[in-house]
Amino acid sequence: MNTILRTSTLAPGIHDLHVQSPRIARKCRPGQFLMLRLYEGGERIPLTIADSDPVEGWLRLIVQTVGRTTRELVLLKPGEKILDLAGPLGHPTEIAFRGTVVCVAGGIGAAPILPIARALKAVGNRVIVILGARNAAQMILQKELELCSDRLLLCSDDGSAGLPGQVTAVLEPMLRSDSRPDQVLAIGPVAMMAAVSEMTRALAIPTIVSLNATMVDGTGMCGGCRVSIGSTTRFVCVDGPEFDGHLVDFHELQNRQHAYSRQEQQAMEQPHRCRLERTESALLRDEHRRTPA
Amino acid sequence: MEPVAKARPGSVARVPMPMQEPAERIHNFQEVPTGYTPALAQREASRCLECKDPLCVRGCPVGVDIRGFVTAIRDGDFARAIHTIRQDNALPAVCGRVCPQETQCEQLCVLGKKHEPVAIGRLERFAADWEREQLPAPSVRPEPRGGRRIAVVGSGPAGLTVAGDLARLGHSVTLFEALHKAGGVLMYGIPEFRLPKAIVQEEVDRICALGVKLVTNAVIGRMITVSELLEEEGFDGVFLGVGAGLPWFLDIPGENLNGVYSANEYLTRVNLMSAWDFPNSDTPVRPARRVAVFGGGNVAMDAARTAVRLGAEEVHIIYRRSREEMPARQEEIEHALEEGVRLQLLYSPLRIGDDGAGNVRSVLCQRMELGEPDSSGRRRPLPVPNSEFELETDAVIVAIGNGANPLLTGATPQLELNRKGNIVAESGSGRTSIPGVYAGGDIVLGAATVILAMGAGRRAAAAIHHDLQVRFPGIGTTGEFHH
Repeated sequence: MNTILRTSTLAPGIHDLHVQSPRIARKCRPGQFLMLRLYEGGERIPLTIADSDPVEGWLRLIVQTVGRTTRELVLLKPGEKILDLAGPLGHPTEIAFRGTVVCVAGGIGAAPILPIARALKAVGNRVIVILGARNAAQMILQKELELCSDRLLLCSDDGSAGLPGQVTAVLEPMLRSDSRPDQVLAIGPVAMMAAVSEMTRALAIPTIVSLNATMVDGTGMCGGCRVSIGSTTRFVCVDGPEFDGHLVDFHELQNRQHAYSRQEQQAMEQPHRCRLERTESALLRDEHRRTPA
Repeated sequence: MEPVAKARPGSVARVPMPMQEPAERIHNFQEVPTGYTPALAQREASRCLECKDPLCVRGCPVGVDIRGFVTAIRDGDFARAIHTIRQDNALPAVCGRVCPQETQCEQLCVLGKKHEPVAIGRLERFAADWEREQLPAPSVRPEPRGGRRIAVVGSGPAGLTVAGDLARLGHSVTLFEALHKAGGVLMYGIPEFRLPKAIVQEEVDRICALGVKLVTNAVIGRMITVSELLEEEGFDGVFLGVGAGLPWFLDIPGENLNGVYSANEYLTRVNLMSAWDFPNSDTPVRPARRVAVFGGGNVAMDAARTAVRLGAEEVHIIYRRSREEMPARQEEIEHALEEGVRLQLLYSPLRIGDDGAGNVRSVLCQRMELGEPDSSGRRRPLPVPNSEFELETDAVIVAIGNGANPLLTGATPQLELNRKGNIVAESGSGRTSIPGVYAGGDIVLGAATVILAMGAGRRAAAAIHHDLQVRFPGIGTTGEFHH
């Protein structure tokens, strides 16, 4: 259970892990996520499931090192274990025939887009993928996305891969053309999802976004992942993670994502501790609880 | 052992509980009441009148033989005392600490009619703590004896009780927990200073030592559905004790600002994820100098007292009725006041103000007055016009209760739910609309108490056992179960 099978580096700071998890692999569908904890005293973080094989029982996690836990996670080697994996969580993407679907992936958003694009293609949609990254070195999964789409369009901020500019610049002419898409899916940084939703709103093209909110338990218990959808508050973990992009309050989401910036910085400054020490510090914590100060 | 100064049966005043002083305890997470010594426990136990027909037992949702264990303590036979309690209660160390005895067993104590009732809760805690020190949990797991396979979903008070009862009856029980640690609300919700996590762990270990198999990180409804448990995984019965879950918010402006927490989130960060120890642990909680807590129940007190221990200089509890209507236990309110928490009674929050950078800056409150009683029998608070005032604060904790979590019920279409999304279950047995599936605790009752969940678990275990005997005549049973 939870054993790392193989790892590779897709781009600087972006890692690809295959993990043995037969129970979750048997059940997960495109769009779902899991909660992960690495060691005693570690935090629980949500991670999108990028791919899975129900027969062989593995999950694929594509991880960008943004905080303490992701930094420790990508140090794991094949044969090592992840302490806790719980899932699959969230609602799967609604996969149906719509006609033409444009999947917009920004940076690490390529990972969750991959299984969704594949599933949309499998039910007969014409799937166009727009893949954006900062530069050619940061661009991931092009080959795999090419295989599961009718058209793959690349763009990068500095023009080192595909067209220069952002995904919205590639998307815009498509929306205005005769073959305008029947649905748009956008996954990536909040600002990107907000910009795409803004563009499609004017043309009333149904748009789905997948939100990456801060979570503690991931099972609906804490409400830390709440977002405003239209005039109601919803929980990303049990009501999402996908919502109608035209109803999401992206400004609020962006603000909530930064609620712990200072503490995240503080945690990043903590030196890497080997697991033996981790166990010792957990024991010390228990000890501290037992003995009056 | 110190000599025992016996109290006379029926003596007026109960033996006081030794406590940590407020000035000291606001700086640590250790328990506030430190527990009776054997001598104090024997002295308190000797106040019992040993009624022929003890009324106290009628007030206990799990029917503990109170007279039996109290007299055992009086006689200094602590092993007999804990054995007596364990006949009916799988979690004595928990119940001795968090049960509202004053409205249950102690309320019916005959001695309480004229004087102070016997301190039953404190004595139960004493017996459980004595057991933990003297008789460590067995590490050997007995083989199930001729019973059937049962899945228990959720390892809170209801699930632990069902698991313990059915294991003792010889069934093979698997206990599924969605989080990484068993214990449910006992682990994530109730703070360390009221219920030490090491004690909860010990109670869980004792249940596992009965032969119960614990599976953590098991999100039933998603990873395995309820029907799969019955049809593919080979379980003969399923008990659902998944708790209440989704925290309610007031839906007032500013509730999604940074620094606004549900009590569930605040307490989970601190208790389950050790945020008090950040950055040695990885989960933070935002430091706050001034904290406002909305609500008047035990959870509001827990959140306020936690904020005090995390270093807040000012903690205000904002409650829209008067102190008499507060649902929290008197003892909890008193402890909070001793620790410097301030009650802002008859105030209702209208809006949370921000600092311009997405963080909480203040709470705008309105004065209330009490009108006619509402459906809950309590007088309805009505706003007083032009009575708003603004309270500066940098964190808000919303502790107004929880609604049903759809995670499992949403994935179980045949399960009948009520209007609020709670599972409909027969009250004496926990039977649901699906044959072989039972439910109890907060997912049936809405938010309630640990002991009510345990009582529901108790009755469900008896019903599960009974139904299995009907379906599978001749299954092995043991005589350890008392109805």
